[in-house]
Amino acid sequence: MRSSLRSLVAPLAVAMALSLSAPAIAQQQQQQPSSVNPTASSVQERQLLEALRAGTPGTGTTLHGRITIPDTNASNLIQPQGQAWRSVHQGLMHWIAAIAILGMLAVLVLFYLVRGKIRILHGISGIRVLRFSAFERLVHWMVASCFIILGLSGLNVTLGKFLLPQLFGEGVFATFSQWAKYAHNYLAWPFMLGLAFMFLMWVAHNIPGRIDIDWIRRGGGIIGSDHPPARKFNAGQKGIFWAVIIGGGTLSLSGFYLLFPYYAGGVLGGQFWNIVHGVAGVLLIAVIFAHIYIGTIGMEGASEAMTTGEVDLNWAKEHHSLWVEEERVKASIHPQAPQPAE
Amino acid sequence: MARMKFLCDADRCIECNACVTACKNEHDVPWGINRRRVVTINDGKPGERSISMACMHCTDAPCAAVCPVNCFYTTADAVVLHSKELCIGCGYCFYACPFGAPQYPRVGNFGSRGKMDKCTYCSGGPLADNSLAEYAAYGANRLAQGKLPLCAEMCSTKALLAGDSDMIATIYKERVLKRGYGSGAWGWQTAYKETIAT
Repeated sequence: MRSSLRSLVAPLAVAMALSLSAPAIAQQQQQQPSSVNPTASSVQERQLLEALRAGTPGTGTTLHGRITIPDTNASNLIQPQGQAWRSVHQGLMHWIAAIAILGMLAVLVLFYLVRGKIRILHGISGIRVLRFSAFERLVHWMVASCFIILGLSGLNVTLGKFLLPQLFGEGVFATFSQWAKYAHNYLAWPFMLGLAFMFLMWVAHNIPGRIDIDWIRRGGGIIGSDHPPARKFNAGQKGIFWAVIIGGGTLSLSGFYLLFPYYAGGVLGGQFWNIVHGVAGVLLIAVIFAHIYIGTIGMEGASEAMTTGEVDLNWAKEHHSLWVEEERVKASIHPQAPQPAE
Repeated sequence: MARMKFLCDADRCIECNACVTACKNEHDVPWGINRRRVVTINDGKPGERSISMACMHCTDAPCAAVCPVNCFYTTADAVVLHSKELCIGCGYCFYACPFGAPQYPRVGNFGSRGKMDKCTYCSGGPLADNSLAEYAAYGANRLAQGKLPLCAEMCSTKALLAGDSDMIATIYKERVLKRGYGSGAWGWQTAYKETIAT
């Protein structure tokens, strides 16, 4: 019995002796500077960047820390997304712009060569019908003139450097770009105001309906010489209206975030909204090219609607038959309204 | 010519912010602009490190690529500088820069934020070297006087190194070899697509 107890105690005592001496050995090892590696536990840039790339939760979007200067944005140490934004802005963006704008121009030229100018089939009647009031025209031209300058200055800031400095010299180009930027920033406001008025004035006339499906099915008079019935705005014009409202709205929102960058969440927000702004801008420019085409050289009697505000009765009958009927009914209800001279 | 770079040895930086102060003083940098700052990562946790960061004068600099008026240029010493005469203050370099280097004198509204300002590696701008006009627009031009950037020159622990890429990399390698550790050249992979093998 005793011997068996001793046989149990002996290994226990050895184990205890070993465990007591272990910390002493560890301490000895720590005193050796060559075996210490403070960076074993230190924060490593590569690991942080890899965690960012993998989208590890809790890492955020930038390598950031604490700073002691008041500018809290400076706490971002590295934000690798700048490289991605650069490649989109300097690569894909140029392609989108070129394809949208040059593609639309090519389509329009081709269309003009095939279809020619759309004439008034029954000739000019000489009877004028008021289509757009002075206020409607004022709003249209306010938005249009702002958009032309906004579009050109916008294209300049993205694509201008590939052509203009070589033509006019770097200094002249930079001065021009500076003024173009001011114009872009300040004309954005009358553009947005006009956009709001446009929406309120014309939204009631631009609700899509069954008549629009019929109009599209019959080619809208664009393909073939059919003249499907339409109210004040046909399906094509409704398309332009909604493109301007949605495109202009997108441009307004993204532009606001670019003007006031820290509302959009700093650099990343700026990068995102810049791309949204650029894509929406070139797409709307392409749409507006088609709008300008059909309103001027593409169709006889169309441009007068937005210049004098009055269109020829035959033009109105061919393109907006139901609208002419509505106007006629209105005029007969209110006979005191001025009648067009016969 | 030399290929000038910055290298911050994070194992030496004690976050004294003297580089930040020296930079502001040397170039008379306006209120609200910091061409250099010290960021502390994992503050208060084991393994915390501080890194002094400014413009890294990147190879194939993103700011220069996206600038709509081509106001950036790279000097013979591979320092990325810009012309404030050409700059239109659009903010594109600010979006593209991985290091948050571009600064604007008036914050908030990008419409009137003014000309961009950033670290010049103490080498002025496109105006005549050490002229008053150059000092007013870009700050001191120490490189033209044969001196290195002040932030690195006065760093008390010599954590921040400035100079030719090969030379500062050699110094850093020797340090790592001698002390047996090193947390790497912060930002080099992003700025130069290379790092220091230790």
